[in-house]
Amino acid sequence: MTPRRRRLVLVLGILAGVSIAGALALSAFRENVMFFFDPSQVAAGAAPAGQRFRLGGMVTKGSVQRTPGSLEVRFVVTDFNHDVPVRYTGVLPDLFREGQGVIAHGRIDGSGTFVADEVLAKHDEKYMPPPVKKSLKQGQA
Amino acid sequence: MIPELGHFALILALLLAGLQAFFGIAGPQLARDRWAAAVAPAVAGQFVMILTSMACLAYAFVTFDFSVRYVAENSNSALPLMYRIAAIWGAHEGSLLLWIFLLGCWTLAVAIGSRRLPPRFAARVLGVLGLISFGFLLFTLLTSNPFLRLEPPAPDGRDLNPLLQDPALAIHPPMLYTGYVGFAVAFAFAGAAMLEGRLDQAWARWTRPWTTAAWAFLSGGIALGSWWAYYELGWGGYWFWDPVENASFMPWLVGTALIHSLAVTDKRGLFKSWTLLLAILAFSLSLLGTFLVRSGVLVSVHSFAADPARGVFILIFLCVIIGGALALYAWRAPLLKSQAGFELGARESFLLFNNILLVIAAATVFGGTMAPLIADTLGLPTLSVGAPYFNPTFLLPMLPLLALAAIGMHAGWKRGRLSEKRRGLLATLCIAVAVALAVAFGVFSTTRVLTPVGLALGSWIVLSSLIEPVDRWRRKLTLSRSVLGMTIAHIGLGVFVIAISSVESFTLERDAALARGESAKLGAYEFRFDNLTPIQGPNYDGVRGEIAVQRNGKPVVVMHPEKRRYWVQNSVMTEAGIHTRWGSDLFVALGEDLGAGRWSIRAQVRPLIDFIWIGAFIMGLGGAVAASDKRYRAATSVADASLSSAAKEPVV
Repeated sequence: MTPRRRRLVLVLGILAGVSIAGALALSAFRENVMFFFDPSQVAAGAAPAGQRFRLGGMVTKGSVQRTPGSLEVRFVVTDFNHDVPVRYTGVLPDLFREGQGVIAHGRIDGSGTFVADEVLAKHDEKYMPPPVKKSLKQGQA
Repeated sequence: MIPELGHFALILALLLAGLQAFFGIAGPQLARDRWAAAVAPAVAGQFVMILTSMACLAYAFVTFDFSVRYVAENSNSALPLMYRIAAIWGAHEGSLLLWIFLLGCWTLAVAIGSRRLPPRFAARVLGVLGLISFGFLLFTLLTSNPFLRLEPPAPDGRDLNPLLQDPALAIHPPMLYTGYVGFAVAFAFAGAAMLEGRLDQAWARWTRPWTTAAWAFLSGGIALGSWWAYYELGWGGYWFWDPVENASFMPWLVGTALIHSLAVTDKRGLFKSWTLLLAILAFSLSLLGTFLVRSGVLVSVHSFAADPARGVFILIFLCVIIGGALALYAWRAPLLKSQAGFELGARESFLLFNNILLVIAAATVFGGTMAPLIADTLGLPTLSVGAPYFNPTFLLPMLPLLALAAIGMHAGWKRGRLSEKRRGLLATLCIAVAVALAVAFGVFSTTRVLTPVGLALGSWIVLSSLIEPVDRWRRKLTLSRSVLGMTIAHIGLGVFVIAISSVESFTLERDAALARGESAKLGAYEFRFDNLTPIQGPNYDGVRGEIAVQRNGKPVVVMHPEKRRYWVQNSVMTEAGIHTRWGSDLFVALGEDLGAGRWSIRAQVRPLIDFIWIGAFIMGLGGAVAASDKRYRAATSVADASLSSAAKEPVV
């Protein structure tokens, strides 16, 4: 191969590689990104039915209910305008508490309950996930 | 008094950093050698001032000086001494001081190590480092001063975040930052070369040991952080693609590309402008990492401090440093033409593809990390990007990279002749594939395609790395430190890949609700919840579980996971019980009291998980060995460096 041709092959190869990688990354991105909704948006029907999303808000005081001795737990997530009941089976994070911010991953079932497969609690006293903070502010205003 | 002394020392350090930057950059530019000669004393002076400042903050922590706001916020009278020291970098202000201190250490090391370099070039390197230090000192003094007083003094401190009260986390930030900051040295060498408008093979030889050393520290730092997350907060995970983890991983990926590209610039005088660009990119990503973590703009489990005002300063600083470097690059890079050529199968090609794949991988991580930020800025719906995106997009460039690494180590420079190594490569490939298939389908009977692929690639890299040393050993030849280091680092990579494949494919996990005396089965293991007793620590109380594990009916171990409540912040912490056997972990964590006498318990079996961190440490060790090669320390003046490079450079 002449140097010129070699360079051409190389450039074409790199271009092909980059565009394939880019296309795959984009499609992976489109399929795997999760959107965040607060209880008001859920009540307004903004959350797509049957699809996983992130629900964020405050755990309503006194709403945490357990079936004694089982891993199933129910609680209510609120933004002070609307409430969403949540069901979760598993170990809750250490920082999960009533009256504190929480983010849950999961989907809405037929009865309007949010079935969570993952629950994340805020990290320390000061920290509140920014989207939760924002929607709580709007809720109180 | 002492905190004011620290504050004052920090201001003096700022002035000295300004002098260092001015004399270092202006001196050589205006050909005033006496200006350039003032740089080294400024470096020494600045280091002494930063050290004083650091010592003052340490003193305030050790002596419980709760009249200092930063101490009051991050310490407590019940905090043990080790964590009072570690609390220095437990939050934003102190970790910036640590950043500056480590930059001071690197700068001092460069000043001492560069006495053999041409004086003007050395002055420029130190000047660029001074500029970076100046920016960070100014940032600290203006927005994040750790020495501010509280009026009136707090009666007691708010305590260090309990998550951070852990030995691994006491050393994780210094190690990680040493790596981050180390890329400043590579950046400064690149800046000096661009200011000088000249870049030869000698330049690459000077830059290589610094870059490799920084990379080794970064590898170790990331591994430590991952290990900490595993046993302290992760409920058994080792990597979460958290923005803060990504922030340290992106410089690592680009840094890895940089050390490979530097090898080509050193040996063959090629890839010059690409190497410069990577050096700029690696340090820019380090700065961006600092910005992402410290401005609190990201939804992240790591963001302890949330203060966007600070972010604005870092953003401006980022624009000045990166924008300036890129402008300089656009102006100077056309001067750096490479003459030599190479064949498609030559080592240069393999390293070229290594660079392309690593940069693509870094770009996909970058895209995923920044997407939520960009969407938020543009007012689009809030979104989050997690493992379902990162895993496939990251793996895609990594798989060919691993295969190329196994072959590329044996390719010759310039001409692609693999013939003498072909037999060894084929033999090792066959062994690796056979072992991988036997383990994946024979022992574990997995159905996933990626499992045997990962195992085979990992073992192939390990075996292929051994071909050269074994060959040399047979012929009674010695290995140079840089080849030995490369071999060790590649073995580490192979071990790492094997470990991840194993953990991702063969992990067993289960959450169970258990009463005392009940047990949960997990594969061949049985976890029995025996007892629960109250415990009391220096600044916490809690409960300790007793969980007996049996394998096929035979007792293996009794584990003691804990649930602690730290008094001051009233926060609950899980201390997992971990038992390590042949690099595989049994993991048990206590959840919570479920009522009716039951507790939620998470049990996991993770085969070979410890080799993930061992592999990463082996990589870092390889870097350390390679950086210590005598070749980089040989006395070279400009004259004989350019002579020898001219002699070595083949005319094509």
